[in-house]
Amino acid sequence: MSLITEPIGLPHFLVVGAVLFVCGVLCMATKRNVLGVLMGIELVLNGANLNFVAFGAKELNPNGIGLDGQMIALFVIVLAAAEAAVALAIALSYYHAHATVDVDRGDELKG
Amino acid sequence: MDINSIIPTLLALAWLLPLASFAAILLVGPRMGRAGKYAGYVATGAIVVSCFLSFAALAVWLFNHYPHEAHGGHGYEIVGPISGEWYSLAEFGGLRLTIGYYIDSLTLAMFCMVTLVGACIHVYSFGYMHEELHDVTDPLVTTSDGRPLRRKGRYHRFFQYFSLFCFSMLGLVVAGNAAMVFVFWELVGICSYLLIGFYHERRSASNAGNKAFIVNRVGDFGFIIGLMALWGSLGTFSFGEIFNQVRPVASEHHLIVPGGMSYWLLIVAGLGVFCGCVGKSAQFPLHVWLPDAMEGPTPVSALIHAATMVAAGVYLVGRFFPVFTPEVLLVIAIVGCITLFMAATIAITATDIKRVLAYSTVSQLGYMMLALGLGGWLAGILHLFTHACFKSLLFLCSGSVIHACGTNEMPEMGGLRRKMPITSITMLIGCLAIAGAGIPTMFGLPGFGFSGFHSKDSIMAQGLLFGSSNPGFGMIFFYAALIGAGITSFYMFRLWYMTFAGRPRNEQRYAHAHESPLSMTGPLMVLAVLAIVAAWSLPGTELGLKPLLEQARPLGTAEGAAGGMLLANVTVPSEHLAHEPANAARAEWSSFAVALFGFLLATAFYGLRKLDPADARRTFSPLYKLFYHKWWFDELYGFLFIRQVLRISDWVAAIDKYVIDYLADGSAKVTVIVSRADDWIDRIFVDSAVDLTARWTYSLGIQLRRLQTGNVRQYVMWLAVGLVAMFVLVNLYWNYAMAGG
Repeated sequence: MSLITEPIGLPHFLVVGAVLFVCGVLCMATKRNVLGVLMGIELVLNGANLNFVAFGAKELNPNGIGLDGQMIALFVIVLAAAEAAVALAIALSYYHAHATVDVDRGDELKG
Repeated sequence: MDINSIIPTLLALAWLLPLASFAAILLVGPRMGRAGKYAGYVATGAIVVSCFLSFAALAVWLFNHYPHEAHGGHGYEIVGPISGEWYSLAEFGGLRLTIGYYIDSLTLAMFCMVTLVGACIHVYSFGYMHEELHDVTDPLVTTSDGRPLRRKGRYHRFFQYFSLFCFSMLGLVVAGNAAMVFVFWELVGICSYLLIGFYHERRSASNAGNKAFIVNRVGDFGFIIGLMALWGSLGTFSFGEIFNQVRPVASEHHLIVPGGMSYWLLIVAGLGVFCGCVGKSAQFPLHVWLPDAMEGPTPVSALIHAATMVAAGVYLVGRFFPVFTPEVLLVIAIVGCITLFMAATIAITATDIKRVLAYSTVSQLGYMMLALGLGGWLAGILHLFTHACFKSLLFLCSGSVIHACGTNEMPEMGGLRRKMPITSITMLIGCLAIAGAGIPTMFGLPGFGFSGFHSKDSIMAQGLLFGSSNPGFGMIFFYAALIGAGITSFYMFRLWYMTFAGRPRNEQRYAHAHESPLSMTGPLMVLAVLAIVAAWSLPGTELGLKPLLEQARPLGTAEGAAGGMLLANVTVPSEHLAHEPANAARAEWSSFAVALFGFLLATAFYGLRKLDPADARRTFSPLYKLFYHKWWFDELYGFLFIRQVLRISDWVAAIDKYVIDYLADGSAKVTVIVSRADDWIDRIFVDSAVDLTARWTYSLGIQLRRLQTGNVRQYVMWLAVGLVAMFVLVNLYWNYAMAGG
């Protein structure tokens, strides 16, 4: 069984979501720019969101979680918006404090 | 409103006003004007209003019960009391404790006397106590650095105690039952204690306060026994019920032994109550506290230790008169007789002006007890009232003299007549009153004189009558009272001559002396008038102290009694017979002659100096020593009681020191040893366990802190790695579980 030969179904969505997620994690782990890290976070959230929506879709998954998936996705979007606002504020103040947006320079809490 | 509610209401107000004043001064006394100056006005205002209320109550009484001659032609008709209860405190089975009242004309007269004399003395205290308004230097007390003591003035406190005293005294008088009497009895005792110790920095004053309080405890012990005997057998404290049971209507108010009581118990009850009176009224053998009580300020001596509180004992004997059997009355007479004679002899040799008056007070109280004991109810009670007037006058005069001279010692005075005219004249009136100056019955006219003349001569008449009704021993009382009267006259005029007559013996003190201010001489003049007229009746009417008091005579006591169960041959004569002209004239003339002799002797010794007191002192040296050392009572009691008590205290202290302290110290030592062991275990085991844990935790922390690199990207990497690791682990486990499962 190959994903390529199969008609588009739940596994395809899951694979796209996983790819998005991994991209996001890699972005977070490698970018030194605060804004890059934030973008990574967005990617991770959207990867997860894609999974929820896919699990919630009746056409793909008749016995799944139904509309609950969409609902959770909406919550995540709202959450992401709030998080972005807070994170941007943090980024701004981080820039004020360190005169840079390089996250590696913020190691004051080093043990 | 009828009389039965008006009079108790008026008296309740008169009684409670001083309490209100006491409470006010207690709470805000020091802030009443500068140094509490207005506290004096508050207290005086309260007692003056009380005085008006008391006289209003008396007026209501007289309006309703004008004294009428009795049908038999002897004395006046007796008017029953107004009695009832204001408030019930508690009820335990048969025991009821109430705030009640028992008001007859005696109560009203006592109210008027206490408030009137009290008001005079309050006003007098403005002048006498004024130095307490600012800081006081007490030359009689030296502090540890050798300088005289300086302390704050205690003006307001003086009036605070005075108000409390007035309240207590009035409560004692109005009380409707014996339990309430006992409560107020103790309250006046504590006021006396507080005021004797007013200058408590002086050792002598605090000792005198203690002495008064402790000696009174002895008397009160007997009082409690008497009350228990009465309550245990009659089941009530109420005066009315007690008298009804002891002298019921059925026996025409003759004394009977009520059911549930034996004759012995009746005697015990009487003696017990009298024992309390012995303490309070300073009768032999408990008289020793009163002379020492003169350590208090002079107004205190006048109000408490001459006019009112010490008379409370006499009042109570008068109140309980229906309960006393002839045997008890005889004991009262004997005690009174010994007291009056002994105290009079001591007064001859005393040189401290207040001590002379103190012994004179003891002696006069002895007269009252003697009169009561011989069946002369009216004579004794009348003497209480007249004595209150002239003795408070004498004390206030002595206070005025002390105020002017700054000393109590009469040998330091002399010649003050010219400097202090008002004081010397009022004091002369007091001396004449106490000596019983007057014109005896002559040419069919009744005798007439100063207040003391009337009261003392009725005592003499009763003594004479008792002597003729009891041939043999009976005349002893009369002769003792007669000699006492002579001595009284002698020492009073000795006092007057030494103080006011002759040449000044101490020029320096004489130069400083001056007449006292009006606030002091005013009360002196009021009391001087009272000392003259107290025993008179308004001409043409029956309004006077004698008819008034006759209305309160206990039922069934006017007839006298013929012997009790134990002493069958004692006859207590009827008081009315004492006023038979033959008897009264004989008594009056004897006492007149004796008093005149005393006066002449005093004049010869101290007025004209024809005889030298020092010669007499040498001639009668043993007697002089006996009198000068107050019959060695203090030494005797010191040997008999005080030293024994001290010895027992030493033993107890030794037991405390060597036994109880040893046990306490031993247990403390054991505790120390146990604690040491405990401490060692703590240090070695518990502490090291705790320390070890802490050290582990610390090193773990040191290790773990290396993980905190502070590098965000590293954290993210660890997150991802961790996630993957968890996936791997869960998958492995899952597969393993599936395979196993």
